[in-house]
Amino acid sequence: MDDTGCLTHFLTIEGLSREQLIGILDTAKKFVPSSGDSPNKSSALLAGHTVVNLFFEDSTRTRTTFEIAGKRLGAEVISLNTARLSTHKGESVLDTVRTLEAMDTNIFVVRDSASGTAHLIAKHVPADVHIINAGDGRHAHPTQAMLDMFTIREHKGDISKLRFAIIGDILHSRVARSQIHALNTLGAKEVRVIAPATLLPTEIESLGVSALTDLDTGLENIDVVMMLRLQLERMEGQLIPSTQEYFRCYGMTMERLNRAAPEAVVMHPGPMNRGLEIASDVADSERSLILSQVTNGIAVRMAIMAQLVQGGLKGGRQ
Amino acid sequence: MKIHIRGGRVIDPANNIDQVRDLFIDDSRIVGPHLAGSDFTADQTIDATGKIVCPGLVDLQARLREPGEEHKATMQSELSAAVAGGVTSVCVPPDTNPVIDTPAMVHMVRQRGRRIEKARVYPLGALTIGLKGEQLTDMATLRDAGCTALSNVDHSIDNTLVMRRAMQYASTFDLTVFLTALDPWLKGNGCVHEGEVSTRLGLPAIPAAAEVVALARELALIETTGTRGYITQLSCARSVSKIGEAKARGLSVTAGVSAHHLHLSEKDIGEFDTRCHVIPPLRGSVDRDALREGLASGILDVICSDHQPHGLDAKLAPFSESAPGIAGLETLLSLTLKLVNEDVLSLSDALAKVTANPARILGINIGQLGAGTPADICVFDPTSSWQVNAAQLCSNGSNTPFDQQSLPGIVETTLVAGEVRFSRR
Repeated sequence: MDDTGCLTHFLTIEGLSREQLIGILDTAKKFVPSSGDSPNKSSALLAGHTVVNLFFEDSTRTRTTFEIAGKRLGAEVISLNTARLSTHKGESVLDTVRTLEAMDTNIFVVRDSASGTAHLIAKHVPADVHIINAGDGRHAHPTQAMLDMFTIREHKGDISKLRFAIIGDILHSRVARSQIHALNTLGAKEVRVIAPATLLPTEIESLGVSALTDLDTGLENIDVVMMLRLQLERMEGQLIPSTQEYFRCYGMTMERLNRAAPEAVVMHPGPMNRGLEIASDVADSERSLILSQVTNGIAVRMAIMAQLVQGGLKGGRQ
Repeated sequence: MKIHIRGGRVIDPANNIDQVRDLFIDDSRIVGPHLAGSDFTADQTIDATGKIVCPGLVDLQARLREPGEEHKATMQSELSAAVAGGVTSVCVPPDTNPVIDTPAMVHMVRQRGRRIEKARVYPLGALTIGLKGEQLTDMATLRDAGCTALSNVDHSIDNTLVMRRAMQYASTFDLTVFLTALDPWLKGNGCVHEGEVSTRLGLPAIPAAAEVVALARELALIETTGTRGYITQLSCARSVSKIGEAKARGLSVTAGVSAHHLHLSEKDIGEFDTRCHVIPPLRGSVDRDALREGLASGILDVICSDHQPHGLDAKLAPFSESAPGIAGLETLLSLTLKLVNEDVLSLSDALAKVTANPARILGINIGQLGAGTPADICVFDPTSSWQVNAAQLCSNGSNTPFDQQSLPGIVETTLVAGEVRFSRR
């Protein structure tokens, strides 16, 4: 946050005010192409700006939506997928950033497998360079959480009237952490996290959620079911014993979804493991908002970039 | 060389002394007041009026980075930092490169230390060759080369039978074993305490059980082998009570804590402050308070610096990839005095934790001011405070979370073997 109370970076939802979040969501609405408009219609808000997507960890959809968002705002967008060697081997994160900064980059969109990388970079760039966190380790994925909030408002209305369940690998999930902060800031009626004990971080309840291990009872009265991706390579055969058993206990099936509130919807940040955390018929059903999440990702990311450059995110810490 | 230290408040916890009096030094040793009669002609007089005169500090755990990591620091830089902080003896863990597991390495480190003429250096020998946890070192030979204690530092000895035999063999030659209690499996790739902060920041965590489980094993082995064990650095509340129980049952165990664990908690990590990345990790405030109580009740014997100087780059990385450790030699005395100001310990008890107690554990006649002992002395001003300026520390490491903080106690003069090795003026 600069002296005038404007956000210079978008690193985490934690600490942002309800007004700031609503501001982003409302701005995003303006960037949703209305029917009849060409979706490629460009705005010139970021004309003359350079956006660098700096992805130390691979991602297709997040990077692509950031690329499209930047281009629609008229910016030059460069995407770098660069495997980062850990400490003392090869170029450090900050050296990479300084090199690109020397080429007059205005916005860095950063994704990394280590928690805190976006914060680290933000601490070491000049004041006129903006950092957007596109996912750091297990810590935060704030633009994902914002597009989820946008999608929920679009389909289910006021977040303060709804109950939410976040299901799956909470321990390793930056998406879950950002969703929890966003939902609580926007006044969600209730937020539950549901997973086996091996995938629930200690003291998760200190973030303002209730932690449950039984999916069937946990789904009662839930309006929005937020599934997480299970990354098998992280399970080491110990966090969950097998994919079959996981699906049996925590997989989202139509039968289970029917235990939630009537007209409950299902979300997933993608990419999905069909048959592991979510059954195909659920993923493809009318109650799934999954594709809508992807579409909205562009508008929300446009809103965040536009607000950073215009100094529009007022009030809040950072 | 005869030195007269005049008018200071002499605090010598080992000899139960706390009174304003003069101190006389002749030929590198302390002379009893009755021997230094009116005919004592000092070559140098140090005015210590209003100051405290105490034994030089004995730090049981400080990395000097030499040999092996001279790009981070050298013995020259770090031993200068030691005397600037009132520390006159440092114990060097054997995890240098090469490892201190042969008498040649012990001689090399000691000789190099002596030549620098700052603080004394006491190398710890490795318990196992190359710290690999497999084969025992030639412990009797290491003892004869000058080691009084052995350690495998934070290289865990996974095989419990190897650890038991290492302890038995060490006790055969009256060597103290320094033990680090941290279960390698529960630690995993963790870098912060498992608790609120690890959950909020999404950082890989080290549960308190990683320390408690390992401590339970080491205590059981100390009990069955009768070995003299010193647990180097505790971080959790539960460990304090376990040490308390072990001591009550008569085990020959002592324990220490690093100065930063007494003043910081996981909360100080804030938004990924890598200066607070230490192993064992900073834990909850409940743990910090229990460590303080453990010191006050005498369950914990020692405060060490766990000095680990790093170059600037080591901390300029994402938290989990930054190098753990704090450059602590120059803040050890001040952080100990801060406990006095915060009513945790009396001044004399606090100084005992950094002088008499560590010297006793090391089994060397230092850390006290009795007649005939080597004149290792620290003269400090207890009433003034100083602002830590990380960039201006004598240490090559500027990695301290206490940067810009105002801390009590300014070291005026440090003597080692009756020679002034540091003087603020």
